[in-house]
Amino acid sequence: MIVAEDIHFFYPNKVEALKGVSLTIKEGEFIAIMGQNGAGKSTLVKHFNGLLKPTLGTVRVNGVETTKTSVATLARDVGFVFQNPDHQLFSETVEDEIAFALKNFGFEPEVIEKRVTWALNLLALTQYRKTSPFLLSGGERKRVALASVLAWDPQTLILDEPTIGQDHEQKEKLRQFIMQMQIQKKTVVIVTHDVEFVAECNLRVVLMKEGKIVADGLGKDILTDPALLELSSIVLPQIAQIFAKLSTLGLPKDIIDIYEAKEIILKAQESGLRK
Amino acid sequence: MSKLSRLRLAGTKNMAIIETKNLTYTYPGATKPSIIDVSIKVEKGEFVLITGPSGCGKTTLCRCFNGLVPHFYQGELKGEISVAGVNTLEHHTYEMAKHVGLVFQNPENQLFALSIEKDVAFGLENVGVSREEMRKKVDWALNLTGIYDLRERSPHEISGGQQQRVAIAAVLAMEPEIIVLDEPTSFLDPLSAEKIFEVIYALNKKQGITVILVEHRLDLTAKYTNHLIVMDEGKVRFEGNPREILSTEETRLIGVGIPKATLLYQMLKKDGLNLNGNIPLSSEELADQLLEALKPK
Repeated sequence: MIVAEDIHFFYPNKVEALKGVSLTIKEGEFIAIMGQNGAGKSTLVKHFNGLLKPTLGTVRVNGVETTKTSVATLARDVGFVFQNPDHQLFSETVEDEIAFALKNFGFEPEVIEKRVTWALNLLALTQYRKTSPFLLSGGERKRVALASVLAWDPQTLILDEPTIGQDHEQKEKLRQFIMQMQIQKKTVVIVTHDVEFVAECNLRVVLMKEGKIVADGLGKDILTDPALLELSSIVLPQIAQIFAKLSTLGLPKDIIDIYEAKEIILKAQESGLRK
Repeated sequence: MSKLSRLRLAGTKNMAIIETKNLTYTYPGATKPSIIDVSIKVEKGEFVLITGPSGCGKTTLCRCFNGLVPHFYQGELKGEISVAGVNTLEHHTYEMAKHVGLVFQNPENQLFALSIEKDVAFGLENVGVSREEMRKKVDWALNLTGIYDLRERSPHEISGGQQQRVAIAAVLAMEPEIIVLDEPTSFLDPLSAEKIFEVIYALNKKQGITVILVEHRLDLTAKYTNHLIVMDEGKVRFEGNPREILSTEETRLIGVGIPKATLLYQMLKKDGLNLNGNIPLSSEELADQLLEALKPK
């Protein structure tokens, strides 16, 4: 469980990136933090594994205040995958990259071997096992960064823009993987601009603007509110855009799921025919 | 071969601004080629969208357009390529820069100056533009991309999204004949990304600048193109009309993210809903068709 209480954060250049944010993320929750560039999303989640400490206010991870522990200790429980994989990758081979943290945490060699193989397989990277991460494409490097964190199986996973540069198939795999983590009662926090991905996942959405939280609720409600989204520089998912235009026919507006969309349209057509 | 590409090959009036024939390229030390037998033809003024699964060779192909492949990356390039009438194999990247502006996937690889303004001016300094002219062009590009107010900041103290705007501004300032953008807005929020795409689309329409855009997010971008290229495992799998290509089962199976509007259209058609008009690429197009189909008779 992560509890942020009225946190403020100033960067060394005096910019106040967080202006009083309070947020509780329960064990096993799946939540998306959205908002425009510079809204403070990345700054906020960097508080969840102690990379940043609040200037004012407190952040507690599983009851422990982040100012009273180290990033190294927190990392075991809270895995963080950066937006730009190049900020994270440095090993000579993909395999070494994934094994690095496992070695640091003191896992046995056999366990490391198993975990590395598992993570490579999960993220479709097995063929690159001995390749340098820097020879891979942007999307593939992103998956290496994710694999290296998943390998140590943290209880909470923070993913900063996990879908950037990922094709449709990889996004679908990521979605299924997160669903699997949900079954294991793991907490997943994603920072993202990808409205279509969030629409497909059907989760809790926290919307930020200028260092503050401006909305917190179900994706279905938030992603279908044009005024709220415009405030945060986000566009409606395509399905919601379509239903915004169809509301003159008396159809509901809060639709983001394509299958639900299909049912509603077909029903509308049938009842139209019967009239 | 599709009807569209046959017409292109037959026509001599419309000059190809980019043409490749059996282009195959292997990075140094790689065991297999990254692009295989790529033969494409882009006409002047087209807005081309290249998509395909990650690692399919999109970025490598873009690097061929301004000669980064093979001049910078080395490796082995076979086949033919001509860009703006120039054989890139015989001309170095700095000569190609007049014709082709490339915006990279990762903006940090592109920015290096002490201020944003200087980064945007860098290309112009190199080609010897007068000071006044430079000022005008730099301000124009900064305004178009919405970063005029940031011009004196360092490119390394701004966000990834803002860096992408700087990289785009630096390319626009040069007013090249061809702009190649490799996932240029991936770090930007959707509304900002849409604004940038609108700017690029307007330049394409008004000034006839040829645009090559690499994107996974077809929900945002399919509506701008009339020439789609789908790559998979280094090869061009489909090339031509986006409405046709995006409605085939094969395209979906390769792992291309079909726009939700296109997908919903197909699902509704399959279940017997009668919709009139083209296969839609955007929510607006589908909403119009649905309003027509569902309106009380």
